[in-house]
Amino acid sequence: MEHLSRRWFLGVSGATLLTAGLTACGSGDDSGEDGKGGPLTAFVWGDDAARIQEEAIQRFNTSPAAKKTGGTIKLQRIPGSDYPAKLRTAMGSPSAPDLFFNWGGGSIKAYVDENQLIDLHDIIESTPELKNGFLPSIIQSGALDGRPYGIPMRGMQPVLLFFNKKVFAQNGLQAPTSWDQLLETNKKLKASGIQPFALGGADKWTELMWVEYLVDRIGGPEVFRKIQNGDAAAWGDPAVLRAAEEIKKLVDGGAFGKGFSSVQYNNGGASALLAQGKAGMHLMGSWEYSTQLGKFKKFAEKDLGWVAFPAYNGGQGDIKNVVGNPTNYWSLSARTKNREAAIAFLKTCASEEYAKALVANGDIPTTADAGALLDASPNPEFAKFQYELVQDAPAFTLSWDQAVKPEWQTPMLTEIDKLFLGQSSPKEFVTALKGLK
Amino acid sequence: MTYPVTKSAAAAPKGDVRATHVGRPHASWALPGVLFFTFFAVVPMALAVYLSLTDWNGLGDPGFVGLENWKNLFTDPQLMHSLLVTVLLTVVSWAFQTVISLLLGVWAAGKQRNRAVLSAIFFVPFLLSSTAIALLFFALLDPNYGVVTGDTLGTTSGAFLAIVFVGAWQFIPFHTLIYQGGARQIPEVLYQAAAIDGATGLRQFFSITLPQLRHTMAMSGVLMVVGSLTYFETVLILTQGGPGTDTKILPYLMYEAGFRSYDYGYASAVATFLVIAATGLSLLLVRVTGFGKMNSVREGM
Repeated sequence: MEHLSRRWFLGVSGATLLTAGLTACGSGDDSGEDGKGGPLTAFVWGDDAARIQEEAIQRFNTSPAAKKTGGTIKLQRIPGSDYPAKLRTAMGSPSAPDLFFNWGGGSIKAYVDENQLIDLHDIIESTPELKNGFLPSIIQSGALDGRPYGIPMRGMQPVLLFFNKKVFAQNGLQAPTSWDQLLETNKKLKASGIQPFALGGADKWTELMWVEYLVDRIGGPEVFRKIQNGDAAAWGDPAVLRAAEEIKKLVDGGAFGKGFSSVQYNNGGASALLAQGKAGMHLMGSWEYSTQLGKFKKFAEKDLGWVAFPAYNGGQGDIKNVVGNPTNYWSLSARTKNREAAIAFLKTCASEEYAKALVANGDIPTTADAGALLDASPNPEFAKFQYELVQDAPAFTLSWDQAVKPEWQTPMLTEIDKLFLGQSSPKEFVTALKGLK
Repeated sequence: MTYPVTKSAAAAPKGDVRATHVGRPHASWALPGVLFFTFFAVVPMALAVYLSLTDWNGLGDPGFVGLENWKNLFTDPQLMHSLLVTVLLTVVSWAFQTVISLLLGVWAAGKQRNRAVLSAIFFVPFLLSSTAIALLFFALLDPNYGVVTGDTLGTTSGAFLAIVFVGAWQFIPFHTLIYQGGARQIPEVLYQAAAIDGATGLRQFFSITLPQLRHTMAMSGVLMVVGSLTYFETVLILTQGGPGTDTKILPYLMYEAGFRSYDYGYASAVATFLVIAATGLSLLLVRVTGFGKMNSVREGM
């Protein structure tokens, strides 16, 4: 039997190793979590602009504030579209980030409900840098039930109607300021064989922007405010149906071209249509400017035009209302090892140095004194346009997919996609949305 | 020929002590494999079954809700639709891939001079990652800047067929390899006898090659079916379940419930349903094709 026992020994020790290995997987990096020794982790949306946060963190890590509070920060860039899912998984695990990028509102509701975030109200009130550092409406935009959970950390991102100046000049067109003018422009562009609007319909949030603005212009910002509060019956507002009908008319008339549902925004497909003059206009967040600057520098500097979304004739909504992302926020995990260090870092987001870095990148900071810095922007004209637009806006509606509760997000985007594809009629669209639970 | 015989005869007396153990290692040899399977397959599956009975958004503790997710699952019109699309995708993929890999595999089993080189080239797509392939085809199918400038992915049939095609493009090389191996195993004598009887190449294919390959076909079929049931990346990248919800197959439905809506309970119910469906289907296939009985294909020879 001696050879058998040796086999047993091998087998059993192998099993022990395996089990030990698995246990190690599960426990993660428990060691060192007690003290304030290890660096704090920060998750950020990993696009080009993340380098501003990277530099800010490097500055902070070597600053006296970091020494005093005994903490440094380590930034993790998470690639774009996976960000929310990765964040959710991390927040449900023992190795949650201490600080993380978010859009405020619905995007952090689940974490707030689980008491995973620090309510920043008292901290902001007792810290003059934070209290007076930002436009007050911006901190409130990301709040839940009036309680702020985030410190603004990026530029404001209103959605604008971009257009190709060269195409407009060639066709003798003016940027539309009313819905009728928009329809007229649409007709003329089609007649000259140019697709009126670029639309990256493979990314459903690009279609959402049309719904957001039309509902705002037709029924005013109150319509969505009710929806946002979780009242599914509010989808029954006549403005939603009217907006859906307008969209159907545009789609049926070929305003977005034939293959829009397989054009992406994320891979630059839609922006290329605008830059190359194949499409005349593009409804997109203000980041379109940086996208164009990166991919079609000449076009961005010379021929890229922008206006606010046109007014709807007879509609309730003010043309000054803005839809988009007021900004992005840093939120602070309640499980953080070193709260002082994290707050010390958050203070740097209100600093002029940080605002200047954002401006240099073409972003419009949401700090209270940003207006004075905008002359240093790569495109002061565009920067001031946005800053004044947001400053004067009676209402700034957060992008719906970030504002509604997470359970609604996917079905809402699917229904909007079906409307654009003609798979559901405007009436079916409204009925489906009213049925959201 | 005498040398090996003498050798084994000489070795026999030494071996007779453990004659009963020859060729049968102790059960503990299976232990690493069993443990691996337990920790990385059985335990996660059991957890998924448990989660399917709870309401959990990924944070905090799962709350037990009994069969509520399962009730929702079977009353969800999307489930029936997803099931239908999944079955359709499986059947069409199976038919498309089987015909092509069978022909290619039988051809590749021959003795042609260019065979080895061409087979190696055919095998390349299988070496690429599915994600890379899907991204590549997404670019090729771009309606404005692609090679195929139609609205392929924007139409229901176009999107569906694109998924079938991209999957086939990737996996046909693998199944070709299986068929090639199967065809090589067919004894040459059968063809020689048929040739003497005056059977044509076509007749030989239908009367010898095909029947002899039936177990190969069963195995490749099971792999295809189970593969199609768990097909995912291509759908995620090419269509995201679209247009609308037209290509939302079950694995994508599961992903969306879990990682977009964070309804892990419902996602686990879909996952468990998939496990049951895939297991049942492959058992059924094995039973129907007689593969499980392991009868020799050379029976009666």
